[in-house]
Amino acid sequence: MAADFGQFFLNSLPNLLSGLGYTLLLTFISIAVGFCLGIVLALGRVYGTKVVNGFCVGYIELIRGTPLLVQLFIIYFGLPTIGIIFTPLQAALIGLALNSGAYQAEYLRGSIQSVESGQMNAARSLGMNKLQSIRHVILPQALRISIPAWSNEFIYLLQYSSIAYIIQVTELTAEGKFIAAHTFRYLEVFAMIAVIYLILTIVSTEIIDRIAKRLSIPGIGAATRISLRDM
Amino acid sequence: MTMLEVKDIYKSYGDVHILNGVSFTMKKDETKVIIGPSGTGKSTLLRCINQLSPPDKGQVWLNGEEITNPKSNINKLREKIGFVFQDFNLFNHLTALRNVSIGLEKVKKIEKEAAYKRAMEELTRVGLAAQAAQYPAQLSGGQKQRVGIARALAMDPDLILFDEPTSALDPELIGDVLDVMKSLCGKVAMLVVTHEMGFARNVADEIIFMEGGVIVEQGSPKEMFTNAKMARTREFLGRIGALYGDEEGG
Repeated sequence: MAADFGQFFLNSLPNLLSGLGYTLLLTFISIAVGFCLGIVLALGRVYGTKVVNGFCVGYIELIRGTPLLVQLFIIYFGLPTIGIIFTPLQAALIGLALNSGAYQAEYLRGSIQSVESGQMNAARSLGMNKLQSIRHVILPQALRISIPAWSNEFIYLLQYSSIAYIIQVTELTAEGKFIAAHTFRYLEVFAMIAVIYLILTIVSTEIIDRIAKRLSIPGIGAATRISLRDM
Repeated sequence: MTMLEVKDIYKSYGDVHILNGVSFTMKKDETKVIIGPSGTGKSTLLRCINQLSPPDKGQVWLNGEEITNPKSNINKLREKIGFVFQDFNLFNHLTALRNVSIGLEKVKKIEKEAAYKRAMEELTRVGLAAQAAQYPAQLSGGQKQRVGIARALAMDPDLILFDEPTSALDPELIGDVLDVMKSLCGKVAMLVVTHEMGFARNVADEIIFMEGGVIVEQGSPKEMFTNAKMARTREFLGRIGALYGDEEGG
């Protein structure tokens, strides 16, 4: 049985690795694009004019108020009817990035608003314009504050990228489904996949925590998960 | 020659009238102290001068240029007006050195090396060369405020506005900050909102007493402390003198 599983694991490995590649690709690109989008939206919400703020709120509410799956269906199955056609991978990347951008915008907005108003006053008093103040004073502090929430978003995206299998992206879960359908060994296949996600999650959380510690401001402490040891 | 001219400033927040027509002038390198009860608009006046809270009405002129004119380049003008805050507002994510150098780097576009060198000179001037690499959270309140002063000084301002610079400090730390401020006397114009009567008496060229959003009386420390014209001024100085002491150093 054990030898048999070993052989089965080795046979499945090429497919699983290929799927893993797509999962990582989806996760990293959508988190990065979503981050850029999130910063723009968050700044628009905090510092924008009424119109800009309204636009950002509208976008964020629209995305957060509708299921990711429906968004993916609209992009992949809906848009072709008006002549806009994406490959499955393109559609998944666009959907996940647009979705993550809305969530990251809200995390970032919270962090930006938690930076004391005196920081902006001090920056402006030195003669910095608003953009310089945001860039050199507000964001460096806000981004540090947002790391724990951002870490959640990363893990969420890593796991929910599996939803892309529904629009035929051959990421990790899709590969698992493929192997299982051909071998009927559902339990083993999805247990393997679960372990892969688990390892990815633990490793990425650890990396983000280390980054948070390295970036922590001396005297204030790292914005990191509360561990039992700190209690 | 007049360096700063504040002309008939009005400011309200909603229905609350904070400033009701304040006018005064300052000469180059002069030190003026604004005193008065809480809620009188002293801090608001400072924020109106550097446009952190633009006044509703009235004008502010610096070296013949109107700061309150929307067409003025306010960022350029603010380089010339340092601001020292009651609660310091040091940039939390930067070392003491970079708190002082960042304005030089980003606003004056001075090379990093030169900016650090200048920042170090200013930190030395306020007695904090040894703390250059420390972050604000690692400094005492008095040290933070001295970094705040160094940050303002590094920009070579014509005028520094001090908004109750010692009010958030433990009593034993106030002296160091006041000493630094005294050392600046005659080198840069200072407009200081404070309750430190010792400082006002010994250092100010003129004392401005404000109440209810207007200037009640202004004059040299000698006139104000010994021969104030208005009963209200005498009463306030008497009360605050008893409370804070009007000894040297406050």
